[in-house]
Amino acid sequence: MPYMLLAPAVVVTVFIVFMPMVQAVVTSFYDLILWKPNASRFVGFGNYVKLFADPVFWTALWNTVIWIGLTVPLQMGLGLLTALLLNREFPWRGLARALIIIPWALPSVVIALMWRWIYDPNTGVLNDILIYLSIVQSAVPWLADPNLALYAVIATLTWQGFPFFAVMILAGLQGIPKSQYEAASIDGASSWRQFVHITLPGIAPVLATAGLLRVIWVANSMDVIFVMTGGGPGYATHTLPLYAFVRARQNLDFGYGTAIAVTFTILLGAIVAVYLARTMREVER
Amino acid sequence: MNKPSTARRILTTDLPVLLIVIFAMAPFAWMVLTSLTPTAALNATGVSVSPAGWSLDNYVRLLQQTSFLGNMMDSLIIAGGTVILGLAVAVTAAYAFSRFRFAGRKLLMLQFLLINMFPVVLLILPLFVLMKNVGILDTHFGLILANATVAIPFAVWMLTSYVGAIPKSLDEAAMIDGCSRLTALRRVVLPLTMPGIISTGIYIFITAWNEYLYALTLGGRNVRPVTVAIQTLIGEYQIEWGLLAAGAVVGAMPATILFLLVQRRLIGGLTQGAVKG
Repeated sequence: MPYMLLAPAVVVTVFIVFMPMVQAVVTSFYDLILWKPNASRFVGFGNYVKLFADPVFWTALWNTVIWIGLTVPLQMGLGLLTALLLNREFPWRGLARALIIIPWALPSVVIALMWRWIYDPNTGVLNDILIYLSIVQSAVPWLADPNLALYAVIATLTWQGFPFFAVMILAGLQGIPKSQYEAASIDGASSWRQFVHITLPGIAPVLATAGLLRVIWVANSMDVIFVMTGGGPGYATHTLPLYAFVRARQNLDFGYGTAIAVTFTILLGAIVAVYLARTMREVER
Repeated sequence: MNKPSTARRILTTDLPVLLIVIFAMAPFAWMVLTSLTPTAALNATGVSVSPAGWSLDNYVRLLQQTSFLGNMMDSLIIAGGTVILGLAVAVTAAYAFSRFRFAGRKLLMLQFLLINMFPVVLLILPLFVLMKNVGILDTHFGLILANATVAIPFAVWMLTSYVGAIPKSLDEAAMIDGCSRLTALRRVVLPLTMPGIISTGIYIFITAWNEYLYALTLGGRNVRPVTVAIQTLIGEYQIEWGLLAAGAVVGAMPATILFLLVQRRLIGGLTQGAVKG
């Protein structure tokens, strides 16, 4: 009986997820250029060997590390701050909470284009503001400067993702019993000590779960980079998934592109495994 | 304990919150202002902040000169189709997961969690080849299937926790009264889970509406959802920011409004899983 009920979902996912996945692994062993399918030939690990000798792969890998290493902590920090503020009592709390989540509901294309407009070197509002405040002397080409572009995109993604952390952490904060704070303040604990000894341990599980989820999500998300810079200037904003996508899309080099995607998936797999182990422990209970 | 005065509360709470709200809202607000400034004015003097310089010029052009309404229709069909497909297969699966203990249950649940984390880029290339071979590239159906790769696992997990929250004794009672399993599912469990099903459906709708990479790769010519269409509004020689902004505002509207309507319940559901840890 349970198998019958599960059958539709399993069958559909086998067709649209597992078959393509197997296909991807198979394709990565072939030299396949999409517009000349007859020239396709089996090359074994050839694509992978090529990959490790490819300087762009290492650039993209390093960019991916910076990308995740900066974006997730920034989102988490800003999210924590927001959640702590939203956890206080003030009259327009419901409204503030609804407004803060808006970036999360916007399509990533809209977000990417919006920020391109803000960052625009000639007419962008960010440069106008910075010049007005005399922080910079002349307009900064945020997305055209290879040293700045990646950080400019990270700032955008931080803006997009911090509300997610804020709502998750807020829910965690509301689960901490008020009596603990009352007891602590009767014992004379300062608010900093209350934060360190009650709040942080209370929300640690949420931070861990949300953080892991976010690492996976941020690693995978390439649509914002793709629309903002397309990976440029040069390879300055290439992350691994973006490199795979661009490679397959522009050169129709599906064999090599898939090999990059498979490699990326295996690397990501380590993080996914930690997350899955955590979640499955939940389910068992 | 002394009660903090109102002035102090405003300084330490209201003001910082206001700053964050402004930070969160400002880029989109800027986009709205841009869309309200006619292109000529935009090129000459920049975005108009005062209502005196506003006009609906960009929106009129958007609706008259581009196929944006048709693109909205494409998005609607795809997002709606994804919701129907996703919910239809997920409801029974969720019921099975929460009501039965059977061999392979954990493994199957794990499988659904796992595919939720798959990189889009891994699936997008083989899906392109497969759909090309089957002949559903650039169709609504193809994009519905592609979006379902995300929607089905998500819906299965959300609904499993919603169904799990309904006491087993209710459907057992119904079955003692002579209902079959499926009747109990339809008459007892489904109505009780309806709020959960609706918010899951809305979440799927928003994700499918906002989806970009699948739409770009697997669609784009015959079927062009708004997310792809917005990008084509970039002019040929010079970026038409006014028109682009109008497209972005209109394209983002349905998902944003839906989201604001259900955000309270939606967030409750999404955070539940994370908080229980």
